[in-house]
Amino acid sequence: MNTNMVGALNNALDIIMSNNSNAVILGEDIGKDGGVFRVTDNLQSKFGANRVIDTPLAESAIIGASIGMAISGMLPIAEIQFAGFMYMGYDQIINHAARYRSRSRSKFTVPMIIRTPVSGGVRTLEHHSDSPEIYYSHVGGIIVVEPSNPYDAKGLLIRASKMKDPVIFLEPTKLYRLFKQEIPDDSYDVPIGKASLVEEGDKLSIITFGTMVPLVKSIVAKRHLSADIVDIRTINPLDTATIIESAKKTGRVVIVHEAQTSFGVGAEISARIAENAIFELQAPIVRVGSHSLPYPFPGYENYYIPNEIKISKAIDKVLSA
Amino acid sequence: MRQRVFDGYVDYIQIMDENGNIDSSLYPKDLGDVDIVNMYRNMSFARALDAKSLSLQRQGRAVTYAPLVGEEATQIGSAMALRKGDLFMPNFRQHGVFLSRGMPLDLFFLYWRGFEEGNIIPEEVGGFPVCVPVGSQMPHAAGVAFAQKYTKSGKVVIGYVGDGGTSEGDFYESINFAGVFKLPLICLIENNQWAISIPRSMQSAAQTLAQKGFAAGINVIQVDGNDVIAVYKAVKDAILNIENGPTLIECMTYRMSMHTTSDDPSKYRSDDEVAKWKAKDPIERVRKYLISKSLWNDNLEAQMRDAQSKAIDSAVEKAESFKPNPNSIFDNVYSYMPTALKEELDEAVANNFYQ
Repeated sequence: MNTNMVGALNNALDIIMSNNSNAVILGEDIGKDGGVFRVTDNLQSKFGANRVIDTPLAESAIIGASIGMAISGMLPIAEIQFAGFMYMGYDQIINHAARYRSRSRSKFTVPMIIRTPVSGGVRTLEHHSDSPEIYYSHVGGIIVVEPSNPYDAKGLLIRASKMKDPVIFLEPTKLYRLFKQEIPDDSYDVPIGKASLVEEGDKLSIITFGTMVPLVKSIVAKRHLSADIVDIRTINPLDTATIIESAKKTGRVVIVHEAQTSFGVGAEISARIAENAIFELQAPIVRVGSHSLPYPFPGYENYYIPNEIKISKAIDKVLSA
Repeated sequence: MRQRVFDGYVDYIQIMDENGNIDSSLYPKDLGDVDIVNMYRNMSFARALDAKSLSLQRQGRAVTYAPLVGEEATQIGSAMALRKGDLFMPNFRQHGVFLSRGMPLDLFFLYWRGFEEGNIIPEEVGGFPVCVPVGSQMPHAAGVAFAQKYTKSGKVVIGYVGDGGTSEGDFYESINFAGVFKLPLICLIENNQWAISIPRSMQSAAQTLAQKGFAAGINVIQVDGNDVIAVYKAVKDAILNIENGPTLIECMTYRMSMHTTSDDPSKYRSDDEVAKWKAKDPIERVRKYLISKSLWNDNLEAQMRDAQSKAIDSAVEKAESFKPNPNSIFDNVYSYMPTALKEELDEAVANNFYQ
């Protein structure tokens, strides 16, 4: 099928629900309304209101109840309407979803998925543009995934439904309908914990994910650069091997993400490269991200998130060192 | 042994019905003809402001907007019952409250154009910034009320929350907190029957949302939220009774339009239901009342609309002439400029990242 990310996710949910009678989808406005971004469109009419469940407006209950369902043998797929509202359920994620397996020595496990739209660049109101991946990655026990295209979105979501662990599934709002792709109609998996080498080159490595992937690709194409573009896809656990291999090959690394640079995923990637490949580097690693301040209102977001100029200057810096 | 240990009830009040008829037994004594005319003017102003915002959004001159149409009586009635100095904690739809409390309209438009500068609310308005995550403003309202009690300011705080918001833990936690400390808090539930696509009936199995106050041990009442006089009275009574603790007021109103400009209500609700509520319009009934008492006529209506439309246009013009200063996003993060942040700013400026 030829579809955008919304269509790919909708199709993946359809497949998961068809293949697993214990799977349910729950969240705010996901039934008749089909979700505010229409990712669950028509699923309630197909699977019924007892499996595609419109909940009261209560994120902590959505996530906490999903944990309860998961430890009882179900496969809950929760939708949190926007990542900025997921903090209302943060306690349940950090204190319980992440720890249930560990605290019970795997007697009780939490196979569940929490999907939520992330990141900005689409002129939304406050709290609708957060890139919160690091908040969920700084705790063991949770898998954090973020696709950047329809093919990966479908395959990663189907793969997530087969994991026996809680998966936070981050969906970049900006990419929901940005472009279409030809993807298989049938079920397929994209591995979790495996980065994707989107493009191959030998002058530098650009490690990125989410909203920044299409932007990085367009810059590389425009400048006719010979670059590895690594889309990490899974943020935690990170595919260190693919990153190190690329860093060793090119010797020059730029890391690009939309979340703020300081204390971000780029810091972790940079540290792993430094620990494993520092003697093979030709230039200091450069990170590109947003500034160290709250995501501003839409009138200012273009002064906050990385753009072509900022990424291009970082590439110049690494290539000229 | 078995004995009843709690026995609660919820009263509902309506003072002006859909046709503008008054129940004089409940009519607030402090409310004169001039006040009703002012309420009518403010409600009409709020509706005009709303229509303008919607049209700006549709033209790409504003960001996503949450219309208030239909909820004017709840907002204006409650705001006008507050005394000078009293405070309010909004959610994201209380444009009518801001308006009645004297918010400069250019700031309102600035906020909905996507600039933080729209939240520089003058002290005399007595309001706090728009709060987007549903229900999360209520603990702040309780805290502001605590501060009033602590400083013996004598001020009362009103916190606005929607029907959907009453499902959030933050809602329960804050009314419970307010009850324990007998805080000068009025919790006003603007029950517009819909939380995006979720009808009130799916939000809670409770017969009324007002009764949630019983669990917190606070006073409760339900009012016709499309009756500006009933809303006014409920808030006024709660203020007069504040020494006896907080009050939870459930205002029964209706979201006549979409949740926000990103929403399409035709996906989930019927035109019949909307038509039923249109007959209960909060502004229309006041107009009928004023005309029946010869306090209003077409001429006054035309003059009012003209004046309001001019005020709105000039506020839009002012808001649209605003020039953002990119450095301001760095200047307002901390009380001081940390070296690391200054370095980021300098780098951005030196490299011309955002030309």
